[in-house]
Amino acid sequence: MRLNLLSALNEERKARRAAVLVTDLADGNQRLVRAAEVARDPLAEALDERLRMGKSGMIESGGKRYFLTVQAPPPRLIAVGAVHVSQALAPMAKLAGYDVTIVDPRTAFATPERFPDVRVIAEWPDKVLPDIGLDRYTAIALLTHDPKIDDPALNLALKAECFYIGALGSKKTHAKRLERLAVAGLSVQAARIHAPIGLDIGAVSPAEIAVSILGEIVLSLRKKPLRSEKDRAA
Amino acid sequence: MLTTDEDILAKAEDWRKAGKAVAIATVVDTWGSAPRPVGSHLVIDEDGNFLGSVSGGCVEGEVVTEALDVIEAGKPKLLEFGVADETAWRAGLSCGGRIAVYVEKVD
Repeated sequence: MRLNLLSALNEERKARRAAVLVTDLADGNQRLVRAAEVARDPLAEALDERLRMGKSGMIESGGKRYFLTVQAPPPRLIAVGAVHVSQALAPMAKLAGYDVTIVDPRTAFATPERFPDVRVIAEWPDKVLPDIGLDRYTAIALLTHDPKIDDPALNLALKAECFYIGALGSKKTHAKRLERLAVAGLSVQAARIHAPIGLDIGAVSPAEIAVSILGEIVLSLRKKPLRSEKDRAA
Repeated sequence: MLTTDEDILAKAEDWRKAGKAVAIATVVDTWGSAPRPVGSHLVIDEDGNFLGSVSGGCVEGEVVTEALDVIEAGKPKLLEFGVADETAWRAGLSCGGRIAVYVEKVD
């Protein structure tokens, strides 16, 4: 592999843009196809399919064997609420390969001391989420218990492609949340919210709740087609 | 520290830019039960330092040795490992699967 190809591949990944490296296994020739260039590539159909599945693999075309190194952006977790559960969730999610960002306008909560090694933004979610960009590789967990902070983030997430939206709170709390969303005209989209948040594993401590949330996120990413893919298939 | 595919390819770039000769090994095919999915990387520098994995530790030693050859010769190699392979006695997959690993030098 030429160094400039490797650099370009790493650059695309850093920018959270999908790309495919095509390797001719017989002669070692390679080219990098960025997501935006796929339609113009001779292998467009195969590249598009692989990109949607997010899976690397071998293909045959015109009597040649190619290996496609598919690079989808790493999944990202945005936790709204720099709370106790988030302190457990952040390192766990990081270990599982997620880019983790914590958002909470309360500066006493959102400190780097409480959240070493992940990005912490002490701002209102509706101010920073549009810049972060809620793409289809993003999971968002609303953990503040405070509608003033959770709701603006939820409204943005429901209008975006996030593969996972979870919201902390009891069934009662969620029922009230649904009422507010109905007023905002988001009743249909609200069905996507995982609430009460997390897999039902009887979690009690913040760390256990974090496990149940992370398990639910992994399930959403791996077991179901991403929402935009389902739309395309329909 | 656990490493992600992202760290692994970034490390290959860092090593190369620091003037080291580097090879990238990629799982390109699997049959049966294989420990690491297609697309997994192992990167190796000229001193035999490595990062990532192409199996659960079963064939990494062999891949590192082959990678040093690839760094020397400059030509990519396609390696196969598995119970049916003649190298199985020294570098087989205990899980009974087979994998193909493409090893290439970073020029």
